[in-house]
Amino acid sequence: MIQLERVSKRYPNGREALTNVSFFVDRGELVFLTGRSGAGKSTLLKLIALLERPTRGSVTVNGRSTGALKARHIPAFRRHIGVVFQDHKLLADRPVFDNVALPLVVAGTPLKEIDKRVRAALDQVGLLGKERLLPMELSVGEQQRVGIARAIVGKPPLIVADEPTGNLDPDLSLEVMRLFKRFSEVGVTVLVATHDLHIVREFGGREITLTSGQITGGSPDPLPSLVASR
Amino acid sequence: MALGTLTTRHTQALFGALGRLARAPLATALTLLVIGLALVLPAALGLLVRNAESATGGFGHAVDMSVYLKRGVSLARARELAVEARAEPGVAAVSVISAAAGLRQFRQYSGFGAALDALKSNPLPNVLRIVPQPRSSGPAALEALRRTFASWPEVGMVQLDAQWVLRFNAILAVVRRLVSIAAVLFGAGVLAVIGNTIRLEILNRRDEIEVTKLVGGSNAFVRRPFLYTGTLYGLGGALLAWLVLETAVLGLQAPVAHLASLYGSGFVLAGLAGRELAVLFGGGMALGWLGAWISARRHLRGIEPRA
Repeated sequence: MIQLERVSKRYPNGREALTNVSFFVDRGELVFLTGRSGAGKSTLLKLIALLERPTRGSVTVNGRSTGALKARHIPAFRRHIGVVFQDHKLLADRPVFDNVALPLVVAGTPLKEIDKRVRAALDQVGLLGKERLLPMELSVGEQQRVGIARAIVGKPPLIVADEPTGNLDPDLSLEVMRLFKRFSEVGVTVLVATHDLHIVREFGGREITLTSGQITGGSPDPLPSLVASR
Repeated sequence: MALGTLTTRHTQALFGALGRLARAPLATALTLLVIGLALVLPAALGLLVRNAESATGGFGHAVDMSVYLKRGVSLARARELAVEARAEPGVAAVSVISAAAGLRQFRQYSGFGAALDALKSNPLPNVLRIVPQPRSSGPAALEALRRTFASWPEVGMVQLDAQWVLRFNAILAVVRRLVSIAAVLFGAGVLAVIGNTIRLEILNRRDEIEVTKLVGGSNAFVRRPFLYTGTLYGLGGALLAWLVLETAVLGLQAPVAHLASLYGSGFVLAGLAGRELAVLFGGGMALGWLGAWISARRHLRGIEPRA
């Protein structure tokens, strides 16, 4: 599902955020990307969601090499990835429904279908009935879940989450992680960047650890048991 | 892309644009006012030209040609010639003013009655008074008609009082050119106003554009509502310009009709119609679309999602 080969990323200001990173994530896996702030977790997720391009090396997502992708194909590529941001990136002046519906609207989904799928997505994150509220009227945890609903509404085969529990108390964090676990159980690949080691241990998913832009721990390749079980 | 999908997207973009315009009524009204007034001037000049043209068409009956026959041509022959003249293309009516009738009129209006009495014989020739058809009242057609009659052997002289028609047509040509210049200038103004309005809107909605691109919105998808907004501005501006012109025409109709009646014309001031309306609305919408497109092209490019 995701394959990075000897990927390095240097920003225009000269900072090298990733150095020679290689790893592989199989379909339906739940993988935690851990490390301190500034270790390169966000950069890695940006490379996968094609918000940035690698300086060296290759990034392959869902069978497509991002390096060869032309600008006009980027939108279609992004529609196959659900991205959850630490700061939600919700539209403050639009109700919950519109926020969640956005990926379907850009994909040209018929209105009736949109209605059905938005409700289904909101139901999955436990926010059914709050469609008409503005993000401001929700708690931080609820806003985060709206962001997750938006990421899953298009039924992407891959969900990428950057510190999705960064602003949440432990109970809410667990709740959000359980959601991700559920998605991975139905075949969705989930890659979660987090510095919350406690949660990672609790879930026992595969872990890849980054330090100063390099993989320093965890298992960069699928655990044999997991692969075998497929 | 499926047609249904395309329709859905365009409908969404259209209603999205309408909704946003309606949510900021004051700003929308001000922009529409600027665009409308910019469209009014060239449209008003165009209307002036068209009305002036149809007015001179109406005054065509006031343009006539006096064909002075040679002294020896008898009244009976003059009547025959009148019938022939009537058959010429471009001629609406012909009347014969006999030498005797001419003298009577001259005596009556000139005040030279006593002097005329001193004359032994009538010095005036028989005259054909030719009224051209309205569509043959242009300078070229009148000149052609004059030549035709001048070439007849019985004709001594053709007098055509067309100088004012020629001057008037020359003035119209100047105004017509003015319409083109005004249309270009004010069109550029409309383009700039709409372009700038769209630019501000793009900057205001930067976050939304970013998020939309983030979830896979293509450039075309992001641009579409702005193009609709621009087109709607153009349409609204054209509508406003039309209302302004119609109001002005209504207000002017009575005094203009009175003026025309003093010239013996039944001319009625007309508003925009048919092709002109199509040009006004089509032009307004095209300018709106183009202004938005230029602006969107320039300003959307720089907005890429940052995470």
